[in-house]
Amino acid sequence: MTIYWNKIAETMERDKLEKLQGKKLNNLAQFVYNNVEFYHKKFDELGIKPDDIKNVEDITKLPLTYKTDLRDNYPFNLNAVPMEDIVRIHASSGSTGKPTVVSYTQKDIDDWTELMARTVTAPGITKKDIIQNAYGYGLFTGGLGFHYGAEKVGATVIPISGGNTERQLMLMQDFGSTVITCTPSYALYIAEYAKKLEIDIEKLTIKKAICGAEPWSENLRKTIEEVLQIDAYDIYGLSEIYGPGVSVECEEKNGMHIWEDFFIVEVLDKETYEPVAEGEEGVLAFTTLEKTGIPLLRYISYDMATFTKEKCACGRTCGRMSKVTGRADDMLIVRGINVFPSQIEHALMQIPGVAGYYQIIIDRDIVDSLAVQVELTPDTFSDEMKVLEKFKSTIEAKLYSTLQVKANVELVGPGTLPRSEGKAKHVIDKRTKNV
Amino acid sequence: MVLKQISVFLPNQPGVLAKFTKILMDKKINMRAMTVAETTDYGILRIVVDRTEEALGILKEENYLVSVTEVIGVDIPDKPGALHEVAMILGESNVNIEYIYSSTLLTDEAIIVLRVDDNDKAEQILKEKGIKLVESKF
Repeated sequence: MTIYWNKIAETMERDKLEKLQGKKLNNLAQFVYNNVEFYHKKFDELGIKPDDIKNVEDITKLPLTYKTDLRDNYPFNLNAVPMEDIVRIHASSGSTGKPTVVSYTQKDIDDWTELMARTVTAPGITKKDIIQNAYGYGLFTGGLGFHYGAEKVGATVIPISGGNTERQLMLMQDFGSTVITCTPSYALYIAEYAKKLEIDIEKLTIKKAICGAEPWSENLRKTIEEVLQIDAYDIYGLSEIYGPGVSVECEEKNGMHIWEDFFIVEVLDKETYEPVAEGEEGVLAFTTLEKTGIPLLRYISYDMATFTKEKCACGRTCGRMSKVTGRADDMLIVRGINVFPSQIEHALMQIPGVAGYYQIIIDRDIVDSLAVQVELTPDTFSDEMKVLEKFKSTIEAKLYSTLQVKANVELVGPGTLPRSEGKAKHVIDKRTKNV
Repeated sequence: MVLKQISVFLPNQPGVLAKFTKILMDKKINMRAMTVAETTDYGILRIVVDRTEEALGILKEENYLVSVTEVIGVDIPDKPGALHEVAMILGESNVNIEYIYSSTLLTDEAIIVLRVDDNDKAEQILKEKGIKLVESKF
């Protein structure tokens, strides 16, 4: 017997749902035309008026929105309301020195809470559960996103955030946590750590995990489920579109339900941005039907996936996306955090003495590691170890401050790193597809 | 008396020292004193050689990162207390010793001390090749 958080919304008949989407899209077109200068100009340039958008199919008349548009309008120029109506700000990685900033009105927070309540409920979690929320609290959307949803459902929420694994395991046992929310690689890391501490996994009370913020394969899911003896569910989201809670797996574990009364999802060709044939893989674009802080039209996520409108065995009619199969840009995810190679370059070039020869190596031994090799020059080499070590730690500090991920800097001799004729290949991602 | 010491950046990997010493050997440069300060990834090799300027030129040509530092060479008797006297004099004058290593600049034989990552293997292979190992008396 499926438990829904919002049965009416989640099991709405398909044509009724699409009619509702069309109505909301028309409202959205009006709203952004009247309140967001960026979109007003775009509409005028394209020669369209809000009332031209009458139904869902008309969405292709609307302009696409890119991450660079947020960057160019940093931090608040895409907002549809004045600052005094913004009650929260979240930020995630941007491709240069500035983060991607998302502003929320009270309505946005309430709507996001509703979405997260559905998201927590879909894998069969209820108010009887004790949820250990190991996603990072702060500017990242993961921590607070899950927190509000889990609290809304009435579960007992432990806002433990990430890290300090020994303490996580201690409290997990002391509090009797039944659910953990974290990245998939952290779930595996906890299992390994428990083994190291000789904790009997059988005795752990965890029954379910909701894992996201980084891509993970069916293989990794099987491993997590076997090792921790739980059910592990996939969740998807992006900060620009609230955060986590755009889609989640139900107990069928057969695709992630996108809450289509809140979003119109399109699957577009990654080169031409034309809609692909139904069932084909493409880059996902999202239109936010209810957001008022920073509403977005056809926002290109750069996440590749497939999408189906087929009704699910759970009874939900809102369509399902596949696991994310790849990226259409060069963004990497390291320990659940977005990292752009251009961010690393930007940070390195600000340090005097970094000549320009560097290489980024990403690897995984349960958790991701990020190493940056930097070539020394006659100017930066010193006889004294403490000078070299200070140079290394200066670079590491700058990278941490920019990326919010710890990077290990390795100083190497001149000429060590490959030179290329054309565009330098700065990133070596040693993680295989099977992670 | 001021000595010129050459410092060289070396990655901390097998074969690196062999490659470096071959270059010195081929150019007939003799090392009179040597030490390495290491981290996980790299080391700073510090050497005093018999022909400093020439060695510098050769190493730069071979793409090594090098620098020259002026260091002090102290000639002390080989008996207890000798180093203590020097250390005390400097300490009382508030002079800090950044690093220190020893050698035998004034005799014909040199004793090399090696810290390796596999003692048994090193001992076995050196004995096999007829290299004389120092018997431990102390």
